[in-house]
Amino acid sequence: MTNPLNWFSQVVAVTGFSLQTIVNRKGSSAATVIGIAGVVAVLVGVLSIAKGFRKAMTVSGSPNTAIVMRSGADSEMMSGLSRDETRVIADAPGVARASGGPAASAELFVIIDLPKRSTGTDANVPLRGVEPAAFDVRRELKVVAGRKFEPGKNEIIIGQGAAIEFAGLDLGKTIRVGQNDWAIVGVFTANGGISESEIWTDAAVLQPAYRRGDTYQSVYARLTSPEAFDAFKNALTTDPRLNVKVLRQADYYADQSTLVYNLITGLGTLVAGLMGLGALFGALNTMYTAVSSRTREIATLRALGFRAGPVVISVILESIVLAILGGMIGSVGAYLAFDGYRAATINFQSFSQVAFAFEVGPALLIQGMVYAALIGVIGGLFPAIRAARLPIATALREL
Amino acid sequence: MSENSEILVHVKDVEKVFRRGSEEIHVLAGLDLEVPIGEFLALMGPSGSGKTTLLNLIGGLDRPTRGSVVIQGERIDQLSDRRLAGWRARHVGLVFQLYNLLPVLTAERNVDLPLLLTNLSKADRRKHVETALSVVGLSHRAKHFPRQLSGGEQQRVGIARAIVTDPTLLLCDEPTGDLDRKAGDEILDLLQALNREHGKTIVMVTHDPHASARATRTVHLTKGQLSSEAIA
Ligand SMILES: Nc1ncnc2c1ncn2[C@@H]1O[C@H](COP(=O)(O)OP(=O)(O)O)[C@@H](O)[C@H]1O
Ligand SMILES: [Mg+2]
Repeated sequence: MTNPLNWFSQVVAVTGFSLQTIVNRKGSSAATVIGIAGVVAVLVGVLSIAKGFRKAMTVSGSPNTAIVMRSGADSEMMSGLSRDETRVIADAPGVARASGGPAASAELFVIIDLPKRSTGTDANVPLRGVEPAAFDVRRELKVVAGRKFEPGKNEIIIGQGAAIEFAGLDLGKTIRVGQNDWAIVGVFTANGGISESEIWTDAAVLQPAYRRGDTYQSVYARLTSPEAFDAFKNALTTDPRLNVKVLRQADYYADQSTLVYNLITGLGTLVAGLMGLGALFGALNTMYTAVSSRTREIATLRALGFRAGPVVISVILESIVLAILGGMIGSVGAYLAFDGYRAATINFQSFSQVAFAFEVGPALLIQGMVYAALIGVIGGLFPAIRAARLPIATALREL
Repeated sequence: MSENSEILVHVKDVEKVFRRGSEEIHVLAGLDLEVPIGEFLALMGPSGSGKTTLLNLIGGLDRPTRGSVVIQGERIDQLSDRRLAGWRARHVGLVFQLYNLLPVLTAERNVDLPLLLTNLSKADRRKHVETALSVVGLSHRAKHFPRQLSGGEQQRVGIARAIVTDPTLLLCDEPTGDLDRKAGDEILDLLQALNREHGKTIVMVTHDPHASARATRTVHLTKGQLSSEAIA
């Protein structure tokens, strides 16, 4: 008599009529769709910033690469290692062999001021001094224009992200930093990773230029395999000549990005949440209007014997359809507008600029659609309950 | 009307009170009504006297404040909302003054609506719809939307929808109230034919004596009670 199939076919039928009547309510339906599209676009857009930032910070972290700093240092900035210490580290077990010796690069790190191309304001850009083995440690690094710097000369190569973001970083030009002129001889990429935000030169040139004597801040080492890390770490932390901490590069960068990532994600969620509240009221209003403009129609169906349940479901489904439509428009819009959009921001933890590209991936798009659907469900629920609660005899009296 | 004809509708000592805020509106007060099978009953009375209210109680669209509504031996006022919906789908055909067709559906799909609540196959439903439309003389209008039909035609679609499930009882609330004399006469012809030729039991609310003249019996509703004679 009333089997589940029958109930289901009632839902299908009533929802079908509802959707067909949307054309009669173009105005308010369109307003809801656009409102939800805007919310989803903002949510996806902001989260794509956080995503892209984190990706830039972590993509370069090969599982084979380890970074060694002085124990107690939270970042390279606060670390310091002597020449002797870096030699002990390079000779530790597990370090891969390169052509000229161990695949380990002792590095130091200074922050220079360069104006941003977009705003002209000064920003902190990392200038890294590396040893020749650095290119063997970070194999993702490729010189895409010009050449590598020559050891012993005041030459620099610039990451592609830095080249795009900062004024004066043009191949063939010279920049003046402090007392020194630096010739730009090459541009490099690093799979979109954090290194692309940096400027590199010979460590042996950078040390005297910044009166660093014969000291370094970190050692980057390529290990023979990811599994070699534990032995490498063990050997260094138990060596009485050293007082160091050993991290996988990926972990280090991920850790360095948490603050900004959480900040952007938190702010984005807050903004999208507030906007979502606005869109929710829009959806509620649309569905209340939809329900009241169809009061007599819904009452007629119920008078004919359609049950209240299918009516409730159909109103919610209609709301979800509108919301998903908005979610799709918003997601596609965010994808077209933001995906790959390049920007740079300060990373508070390293006090230096990170150049990155917004990233709108499938996961974010799904997140946006889920958010839209949620707005749709809540926006349809209360009007649906009202439609079902209204006594048929009363509803039939309304014109 | 013979004494021992079987009673289809039995309204017993029914009271109906509406509450609007603190105000109470007593519409029906201890009303009794019996409708035998095969009767075409006209229900008359001044506007606001409670005709629609009484029709809604018989059709299971509303419940009495007191008393009982028994149809074919079943107390419908005590059914749950769910079961009452199913009962309406099986036993009642409703005809409204303003037709209440779904504007987005063609005539045939409007007529098909009550069949969606049955377990009939698609082919069987199609046959029922064709039959109902031919009974009301609108087979050639099956694919038309309500807005493409005249008022009289829309009401005939409404009647087709009401009879397509072959219900026990046909309830019509001022079916000619929004039609001109000619279209109204055609609707009354149709109802009369359904009563005479198909044996349908019909309760029709009207305030038009011209319409009630077609019925087999007329009752008048005044001050919450029924009487056989109009009170001038
Ligand atoms: N759902 C309702 N809520 C409140 N009052 C109602 C409701 N339905 C009917 N009434 C009142 O009951 C009285 C009878 O209404 P109704 O049955 O529609 O009269 P009729 O059909 O004879 O014109 C009217 O005063 C009307 O205002
Ligand atoms: Mg009435």
